[in-house]
Amino acid sequence: MATPYAKLPGWVDYGLIPLLNLVVAFAVAGLVVLLVGESPFRAAYLLLDGAFGYGEGIGFTLYYATTFIFTGLAVAVAFHCRLFNIGGEGQAYVGGIGVALVCLTFDNILPWYLTFVLATIGAAICGAAWAFIPAYFRATRGSHIVITTIMFNFIASSLMIYLLVEVLKPAGQMSPQTRTFAEGGQLPKLDWLLAIFGLDIGGAPFNFSFLLAIAASIFVWVLIWRTKLGYEIRTMGFSEKAARYAGINEVRIIVIAMLISGALAGMMALNPIMGEQARMQLDFVAGAGFVGIAVALMGRSHPAGIIPAAILFGMLYQGGAEISFEMPQISRDMIVIIQGLVILFAGALENMFRPALSRFFGARAMRTKPVRVGSAG
Amino acid sequence: MDMLLLTLESTLRLSVPLLLAALAGLFSERSGIFDIGLEGKMLGAAFAGGAAAATFSSALMGLLAALVVSVALSLVHGFASITQRGNQIVSGVAINFIAMGTTVILGQAWFQQGGRTPALSSAGRLNTVELPFAQAVADVPVLGPIYSDLLSGHPLLMYFAFAMVPISWWVLYRTRFGLRLRAVGENPGAVDTAGISVTWLRYRAVICCGILCGFAGAYLSMALTAGFVKNMTAGKGYIALAALIFAKWRPVPVMYACLLFGFLDAVGIRMQGRPLPLIGEVPVQLIQALPYILTVILLAGFIGKAVPPKAGGVPYVKER
Repeated sequence: MATPYAKLPGWVDYGLIPLLNLVVAFAVAGLVVLLVGESPFRAAYLLLDGAFGYGEGIGFTLYYATTFIFTGLAVAVAFHCRLFNIGGEGQAYVGGIGVALVCLTFDNILPWYLTFVLATIGAAICGAAWAFIPAYFRATRGSHIVITTIMFNFIASSLMIYLLVEVLKPAGQMSPQTRTFAEGGQLPKLDWLLAIFGLDIGGAPFNFSFLLAIAASIFVWVLIWRTKLGYEIRTMGFSEKAARYAGINEVRIIVIAMLISGALAGMMALNPIMGEQARMQLDFVAGAGFVGIAVALMGRSHPAGIIPAAILFGMLYQGGAEISFEMPQISRDMIVIIQGLVILFAGALENMFRPALSRFFGARAMRTKPVRVGSAG
Repeated sequence: MDMLLLTLESTLRLSVPLLLAALAGLFSERSGIFDIGLEGKMLGAAFAGGAAAATFSSALMGLLAALVVSVALSLVHGFASITQRGNQIVSGVAINFIAMGTTVILGQAWFQQGGRTPALSSAGRLNTVELPFAQAVADVPVLGPIYSDLLSGHPLLMYFAFAMVPISWWVLYRTRFGLRLRAVGENPGAVDTAGISVTWLRYRAVICCGILCGFAGAYLSMALTAGFVKNMTAGKGYIALAALIFAKWRPVPVMYACLLFGFLDAVGIRMQGRPLPLIGEVPVQLIQALPYILTVILLAGFIGKAVPPKAGGVPYVKER
């Protein structure tokens, strides 16, 4: 993509600029805190203390981060193919069907590690299936992937309400959720992992799916940067024309990239369903699919960036809950604002500081001719 | 007959916010600026309207506040996508989240009612108007009830919304501004060559979008209900977007699409748990999902082909 901006040193491009954008986003969020009459500095202190101050807080932070690693990776894989998969929310929601069905069938028969394998496959298949139609229509009929995936989010929401209320809910129960899974449908906690550092996770639902999230991150890195398929995906993202000229099958690559993206989003469902609640509830995704957009943007679509970005958002979710105990004015909706601001400053306004920085770093290329910047995104 | 009239009446009422928001999107997208942020602008406007109308007990202040907030948000979108040449989809998504969070946080801090604004008195609401002779012709069979019950007695904003359909058509297709606006959405390079500022033209289009979204939001919190409720747009911005695509970015079909989606909404509410003749009970969720399903099918080109403005979503980089 020809951009009118000069190439900057790597550490500026991948370190300084995201950091600056993040600082601005938090500064604006601080203004909102000020507007409701609380001190932004105290809020920041409560946030950090709530998220990292004690073992249980860290456990919760990592629990949320697990979810966001999955959805962030999902968005990132699609980004590499220059597809904006805004449907992670719906794909994760439908992925829940895969997890729930496997758990409901096998929780009394199989030990958790076997159920977990099957549930992972189930989640991936369901999530990928939900991404398939938008992908196929985008590839063969050129329909706009953003719009179709948004529409699929709403369709998923209707579908899941129907399924939970009419089909999966056990008879004689009021609330729309499945029955609670037996032992074989519950993931063990990772308390031993934090115990190494002398931390007690208490009641935090930090569970085994975190390790799967880390494995998925490594998988995505290998896939995108070390395989032929990843090369083809990146080529498609860089220039559709070049990909066509190189003999890359567009339909195949678009569909595969979206299927992987949907599968990753679907696997997010393991964490809340098998890891925490041991049942599937209405709206268990709770916006995590959209957080994935912010995470992928902040992490520059690279697993090494996505994991810290996911932990940052995990910190916001956990610390945000702590703030709302101390400052009743600031509910968890504050996170939604911060998320929006991060998406705005790290995404849409990412080039705001670039001209000034280019001048600062003495890059003269701007004047001569448009330089092709090989960005990962 | 009564049943039909009631359904049609709620169709009219429910389609107004869709119509205003879809027309808003029409101006923006026709100029080449995709706008996923209709939802957020509407929500922000609904909150500002509800809050200002309750504070000053004045509908006019409410309307003004709604317009200011909505235009401000659309200028943020404009700044990101026109001046900074950022990704328009990303910017729209961001605006939706910012509006969603801010309305709740500020609503709770200012009014302490769980994100609601105080219920509006009649002074704060956008009042309904009777069409002339509504009382006089009420007894005329068939046409009488249609005129006096169905068409008369709605908020002024509803008549404004439907009047905006021919007005938008006229502006887009019969004025110099409209011609240039459509041109900048198809081929900004040509517009630039003609010596017209692409930037300023797109900013004006985005402001038009903000104004119409402001009206849509004000209608939600000040006319349809008496006060703002947390997340009260509930996806209406996306349905409006769907309607806009369904109408293939043309003003009069936008109205039909909005009426259709409003009708589906009205029928969905009315049919809850009631079996249909021949088909049996249709899950209400299916009817709720129908606008989205229809849009997906349309986008795939099974019902005609929806071709977006050619330069839509592409930031304009002046040659240097």
